[in-house]
Amino acid sequence: MSAPTTTAAAIFNRSTPAKRVEQGAFWLLRLATYFVLLSAATIFIDIGWKGGRVVFQKQAPFINVPFLTEAPETLSVFEFDGKKMALGDRAFRQFSAAHEEKMKHVAVETYAYSAGGIFPNIVGTVLLVFGSITIALVLGVLSAVYLSEYATDGPFIRFLRLSIVNLAGVPSIVFGLFGAGLFVLTFKFGMSLLSGWLTLAFMVLPIIITASEEALKAVPKGYREGSLALGATKFQAITTNVLPYALPGILTSSVLAIARVAGETAPIMFTAAFVMRDELPWQGLSKWTDFFFQGVMALPYHIYNVASKIPQNEYTRDVQYGTVFVFLFTVAAIAMTAVILRQRLRKKYKW
Amino acid sequence: MVTTLAMPEPVAPPAAPRPVSVAPAAPVNPAARAVIEIDDVDFCYGASKALHDITLNIQERQVTAFIGPSGCGKSTLLRCLNRMNDLIDGAKVTAGQIRIDGVNIYDPRVDVIELRKRVGMVFQKSNPFPKSIYDNITYGLRIQGQKNKARLDEVVERSLRGAALWDEVKDRLHESALGMSGGQQQRLCIARAIAVEPEIILMDEPCSALDPIATAKVEELIHGLKKQFTIVIVTHNMQQAARCSDRTAFFYLGKLIEYADTRTIFMNPANPQTEAYVSGRFG
Repeated sequence: MSAPTTTAAAIFNRSTPAKRVEQGAFWLLRLATYFVLLSAATIFIDIGWKGGRVVFQKQAPFINVPFLTEAPETLSVFEFDGKKMALGDRAFRQFSAAHEEKMKHVAVETYAYSAGGIFPNIVGTVLLVFGSITIALVLGVLSAVYLSEYATDGPFIRFLRLSIVNLAGVPSIVFGLFGAGLFVLTFKFGMSLLSGWLTLAFMVLPIIITASEEALKAVPKGYREGSLALGATKFQAITTNVLPYALPGILTSSVLAIARVAGETAPIMFTAAFVMRDELPWQGLSKWTDFFFQGVMALPYHIYNVASKIPQNEYTRDVQYGTVFVFLFTVAAIAMTAVILRQRLRKKYKW
Repeated sequence: MVTTLAMPEPVAPPAAPRPVSVAPAAPVNPAARAVIEIDDVDFCYGASKALHDITLNIQERQVTAFIGPSGCGKSTLLRCLNRMNDLIDGAKVTAGQIRIDGVNIYDPRVDVIELRKRVGMVFQKSNPFPKSIYDNITYGLRIQGQKNKARLDEVVERSLRGAALWDEVKDRLHESALGMSGGQQQRLCIARAIAVEPEIILMDEPCSALDPIATAKVEELIHGLKKQFTIVIVTHNMQQAARCSDRTAFFYLGKLIEYADTRTIFMNPANPQTEAYVSGRFG
């Protein structure tokens, strides 16, 4: 036992190997976090800055309305009377008609999709997301209820769970080919919204089933028992006293699913997405069921096309960044509605 | 009959017996009808046997208390009476019969839903649903399809009065039940159970999470309810069993050790283990 003074000295500022390791580890953790933050910030600032310049403008109405409301057009660039002109399809045709003689001798460069807007793509993505999430939620919640409430644990159920988890690891291109084979070709749905919905729904089912099962398990056992003890059937107990309280958790899973569904290109490029389509989904339908059997344009596929399928230059770059910016915003907006819905439900069923 | 009623010589009385107040000479009617007859019941959770050869009869419109240390099987037996144990995988009655009004409730033809309407249950942890007080009380009737507003209103008032809760909550029937105090929540669960008009109410340690004042209110309620219902209560609190039950069964390690009038169990137990338990020397 040493004297009290030395003990006191020992308490303060003594550097031990363990403390040095602690310090080092702390900095390593901190740097790793900052690095992640920096990467994310770089991506968002780059997209926000370059894409923002396309989507927003200095003059009223401050938003580039044609970009959001028109279909993609081919951009024609040419020199006319010493002036450099860049016109979209319709404007170019009018211009050439007006200056027919002179235009014969003008060399015109054309760039696909670099003029006009991306309205059909926004519409297509929103349709694909809502349709596939609806299908995935219905199928997923039904399976989750079966798995967590009805199925008795056994080798078969364990195998089923394992398969579902494994499904989450399947690359999206495989889902795309599966959808093309099954829905497009075998069921003859063609390149259509329906094929895309089903393919995307199958892709996110594992997320939704797993999360819904967790949400159902998180509902206190007392609510089930309380219902059953009052003479409810199991189904009544689940529908009145378990599922409503699990809904916020289920919606959390759907937020993740929305981000995935909206973002994936591979599953829709063989099943639903067109590079270019003139009609909007509600135009030119001879009967209402045609709605489900038409292909659509979609934002992620459009990004893929403008980024890799056409020659690159400063005109295509604008449409790339603008599309990416709008894409991020659209996904955020859809996810936000799910978050708001969840908040409302949480307030309603607090426990 | 109960095997352990063979009377060994009582052990020496405890040095300082705990003061135990016993319900004043409960009028135990020996001719009262046995509503629940438990006959040589064995019960297993998978491979482990939780109840051994239990035989006892529960009389109509009396309070029967199950006491015993943790893990003695008293809650298991209680949950056999409305087949709540069916929910547990691998749990089942392996021998014997439980009859309610003469009907073997484990007969495959018995409708569990109907059984549970007639045998209500109040749980250890009060479990009001995260709905309004009104919706909690009417839950049992609504799932049976009762939609008549006037009838539901009437049941709400009658049940809440029955649970001595009406005056406290009559102005906030449509507020969330989770805003009530712990004791009120448990009485709400009792009101919810009596709203479906069962014959028998099972209570699984209904006061274990309540403070003494709330406990006293629930006990008072139990006292009033036995005029109308047959009540079986599991409790860890021996004073509670002594205060509010007519008959008491003492369980130990899955066996029924002794079953008699509450007064006898507490004042003059036949079995030395019972005597040791009620005087607080173990458990």
